[in-house]
Amino acid sequence: MKILALLAVIGLVGLPWVVGSYLVTVMIFIFFYAYLGQAWNIVGGYAGQLSAGHAAFVGIGGYTAALLSARAGLSPWLGMWIGGVLAALLGAVIGYLGFRFGLRGFYFVLLTVAFAEICRVVALNVDAVGGALGLYITFTGNPRQFQFQDNRVYYYIALVLMLAATALVWFIERHRFGAYLTAIRQDESACEALGVDTLRVKMLAMVLSSFLTGIGGTFYAFYLFSLQPNAVFGIPLSVEIVIRPIVGGAGTVMGPLLGSFILSPLAEISRTYFAQGGWTGFHLIVYGVLLIAVVLFLPQGAYPALLRLVRRRAA
Amino acid sequence: MDPTLIGQGLLSGFLFGGVYSLMAVGLTLIFGVMRVVNFAHGDMMVWGMYLAWMLSVRAGVDPYMGFIVCALGLFLLGLVIQRGLVERIIDAPHEMQILLMLGVALVLENAALVAFGPDPARVRSPLAQGTIWLGPIFVDVARLLTFALAMVLTAALWLFLTRTDLGRSMRAAADNPYGAQVIGTDVRKVYAVAFGVGAACVGAAGALVSPILPFQPTSGLGLSVTSFNIVIIGGMGSLPGAFVGGILVSVAESMGAVFLSPSMKELVSFGLLIAILLLRPAGLFGKAAT
Amino acid sequence: MTLLEVSGLQKRFGGLLAVAGLDLVMASGEMLGLIGPNGAGKTTVFNLLSGFLAPDGGEIRFDGRSVVGLKPHEICRLGMARTFQIVRPFPQLSVLANVQVTTLARHPAMPAAREAARAVVERVGLGPRASELAGGLTLADRKRLELARALATEPALLLLDEVMAGLNATEIDNMVRLVGGINAGGTSVLLIEHNMRAVMSLSHRVVVLSFGEKIAAGLPREVAADRRVIEAYLGEEYVHPAQA
Repeated sequence: MKILALLAVIGLVGLPWVVGSYLVTVMIFIFFYAYLGQAWNIVGGYAGQLSAGHAAFVGIGGYTAALLSARAGLSPWLGMWIGGVLAALLGAVIGYLGFRFGLRGFYFVLLTVAFAEICRVVALNVDAVGGALGLYITFTGNPRQFQFQDNRVYYYIALVLMLAATALVWFIERHRFGAYLTAIRQDESACEALGVDTLRVKMLAMVLSSFLTGIGGTFYAFYLFSLQPNAVFGIPLSVEIVIRPIVGGAGTVMGPLLGSFILSPLAEISRTYFAQGGWTGFHLIVYGVLLIAVVLFLPQGAYPALLRLVRRRAA
Repeated sequence: MDPTLIGQGLLSGFLFGGVYSLMAVGLTLIFGVMRVVNFAHGDMMVWGMYLAWMLSVRAGVDPYMGFIVCALGLFLLGLVIQRGLVERIIDAPHEMQILLMLGVALVLENAALVAFGPDPARVRSPLAQGTIWLGPIFVDVARLLTFALAMVLTAALWLFLTRTDLGRSMRAAADNPYGAQVIGTDVRKVYAVAFGVGAACVGAAGALVSPILPFQPTSGLGLSVTSFNIVIIGGMGSLPGAFVGGILVSVAESMGAVFLSPSMKELVSFGLLIAILLLRPAGLFGKAAT
Repeated sequence: MTLLEVSGLQKRFGGLLAVAGLDLVMASGEMLGLIGPNGAGKTTVFNLLSGFLAPDGGEIRFDGRSVVGLKPHEICRLGMARTFQIVRPFPQLSVLANVQVTTLARHPAMPAAREAARAVVERVGLGPRASELAGGLTLADRKRLELARALATEPALLLLDEVMAGLNATEIDNMVRLVGGINAGGTSVLLIEHNMRAVMSLSHRVVVLSFGEKIAAGLPREVAADRRVIEAYLGEEYVHPAQA
């Protein structure tokens, strides 16, 4: 298993030198959304706290880095961390309000949506941060400003992000924090009765998750060169973040990766083939159908199902 | 601040609240009976709007007549969704239900996008033209008619739930599903009807709103979130709560538009929502937690 | 030495006084049985003691300090652990992993926690089932697991809520021996039970609750002979072995 993983990584490292720019771009999106999905996975998958407002953290991270770069001349390499911290702060607020007041399930989902929507409406209306037009980043190609002429640099950054997040989740799963997260997801009250400070554990998960997502926001801003409030704070982005780990397997290390490798190409194919005939949004129908199918038939996601299949063949 | 403006906003918000109420009543009914949160609620409403649009454009049917057809159409859609999908996960953890309905929402919203295109649509109602003046404040006949019909439908629903056997079975199942089964209630049928009726409410609401506001497939999301806001503020599963909540939220949003700005009005309802979630999650009419 | 001291404990649900001014004292090393008809408030008392509910009045002192207002996990860390009437295993984790969640508190490293968990699993007799998923266990084994997890917190006081309910005669005998052994090892036990044979044979003292009030307390055979207890709960048929 480990050899396979190593080979895969080597393959991915070498890929940009053998394929064209279009495929490199597709891979960048696969890696990036896998990264965001993995960050979500910590609080949404392992801790089982469904958040449908994670786009808020992408937006805060991106806007912070972009504004600091444009207004204060601060390099996004530094602004990235500040963006992450601010996103983590929002995460702490949402987490504290939600967990301290005992909001679970649907109520917590709605709380996260409410905060994301508030961010969106504020960003849309406050001209100081760009208002409805959003923020545009002037292209300089300067690496110190997190801009690169070569697509392949973005590729490697995205790859590193994805691998780092995955390594972190792998580490968490094998240590106490991960054991607590998994137990809390299954029965929070039992955990409390057994001496686990569930509030603290959930808060940590939320803060970590939002911090990482916020960092992703900087990549988003400086790869796409623009930040539109509806796009970067909106529910469609939250859906993109959430659907990959869920389809791939929430609460597993490989889930978000598998989900991204399945869904991103699917989205790309439906966008290319169906966008012309006035079929925009078809890929979202596919998302919807997949989500329904996963809930009905593979509630734990594709990765655990894949493992079961492999084990049965081996037996 | 010009009092006329405030008065206009109050009246406008109050009248529009009729639709919000009908929308929320549908959602709270589904939750109350089945404990399922219908994340596709707003997108069903959008389909109600588009059905009204098709009736108007293709068959020349005025939406204030055609809303019955829209209600029926959505009722059937609700039945199909419930029997085909929701029923299978009725005992599953709540996260699964949320995700399932999210999937349905995605499918409905983007099917509308594919079918009708992304541009805003509008429905003309030949029946409801003109305005009525009440001193310095005016009211669109259309808004008045929408409000009146929404009230009629809500009243009809109330009668159904309190006077008919099926309605009473639904309320019994909402209170105590196991007990309802024990006395012989066909719980499956009750669930299907509840979901269908909830969808019918929102289908009718969509049709009634179509002459007043332009709409597009992506409107569904905002409507879903507004529905949840109202239902939580009023109290999940409480019909009076949904009714009062609808008017309350509509007026609050209207005042938000008057005092802040039209595009910031959502902040008011979100602020209300967060306050309720933290202070009294049971909502205004729900049972307070110990 | 007094381990637990409850005075004037009160809990109200709406208009109903579920616990009406309860006084209770437990000495270190004791096994106290808490009996009474259904709805008497026994589990409510457990919820109040373990921090899952806040009392409306009264005081709870554990090991000399007040625990009113503390969160459940804090009370557990102080040395009072509970089981639930309807057992709550972590269904997707193995028996060992279930207990490991508990031992991680005192053994932060996973391997050490696993070893400590294994010891507890063996002690309750679930050794052969250590790697089975908790969701697939029989009721008797799930009760043992529930007990194991609470035991793994290394408590000074164990609150057992109807740990024999649903078990057959053999399983009950095993559980009685297990609980007896735990108490003999120095852990104090507060036991809610409906099984009279078990309670009366295990307990040093018994407290009887009815409609939220303590109607009797004392040695098992005294309580069994108490007129009020017989009327409220035991019935005429029950005869304590000492009286036979």
